[in-house]
Amino acid sequence: MIRRAGEAIAVIGLALLLAAPAAGAAEPQTSLSEISAEVMCPVCGTLLELAESPQAQREKAFVQRLVDEGKSKGEIKDALVAEYGDEVLALPQDSGFSLSAYVVPIVAFVVAAGALAFGILRWRRASGPGPGEAAAASAGPSREDNERLDEDLGRYDL
Amino acid sequence: MRTRSLIAVLAVLAVVALLVYGLASKGSSRIAVGEAAPDGPLPRLEAAGRESLADHRGQWVLVNFWASWCDPCKEEAPELEEFQQRHGGAGFTVLGIDTEDLSDDGRSFARKYELSYPQLHDGDGRYGDEYGTTGVPENFLVGPEGRVRWLTAGPISERSLGEVEALIKGRS
Repeated sequence: MIRRAGEAIAVIGLALLLAAPAAGAAEPQTSLSEISAEVMCPVCGTLLELAESPQAQREKAFVQRLVDEGKSKGEIKDALVAEYGDEVLALPQDSGFSLSAYVVPIVAFVVAAGALAFGILRWRRASGPGPGEAAAASAGPSREDNERLDEDLGRYDL
Repeated sequence: MRTRSLIAVLAVLAVVALLVYGLASKGSSRIAVGEAAPDGPLPRLEAAGRESLADHRGQWVLVNFWASWCDPCKEEAPELEEFQQRHGGAGFTVLGIDTEDLSDDGRSFARKYELSYPQLHDGDGRYGDEYGTTGVPENFLVGPEGRVRWLTAGPISERSLGEVEALIKGRS
């Protein structure tokens, strides 16, 4: 019984020893390829994943180091912004003034659609005959018109 | 009808103005000799805090835009350091601007070439844009009154350092 307990403790101890280095190493939360697709190489003016210049290689090494340290995507992007400024972000941030990059196109679309609908309604009203005008048109010429027509025709010897 | 035409003309003018503004703001023209040099300020590369060109008012300042990934910058760095050793002091300094570069890489570069003159970090390159730089290295000699007195694009040469020396010694 004591021997079995000793064996169990030894197995648990061995398992803990093996698990310790893995627990000590930072768990990557993102990857270089994921970050590279979302940030720019500011000097090259292209996405980092498409850039191969020496400065892009340095930026990739910087990102890889932070990935290895277990930093999150947001933390890595913040670090890049601290180094290069907002221009390093391929997409504008969804907060502060940068939010306008997303809001303004939506507002502009809604305003344009509204203006178009309003314009079409006005155009239809202006070009189509009103109910009174349609009734008058279907009623034919008035009595005065008929008399004038008869007078005009009477002047000609047909 | 006239109101509608006026609105249409104004809308077209607004679009054209927006396009012109966009084109104008994209193309930055290089600052010219005689113009006031942009001041900054920028974060220091090797220390905490910020520093501005205005902090050197009364001194001749050779503003040197560089980056650690730039090969010609590696060639001119020792020459600039030697020039600083010969002329640096109350009346003159080289002011390095590490631009569009990682600050760790910039610090390693400054250590490697034992650069003793002050270094600032222009990570997003906006300070360089204010000078209208199109690459690195570029050098601008700013007079004690804060105006650009001389400039050159590309690595600085012995001859161009001679021109700088003549200006700061009042020989031209």
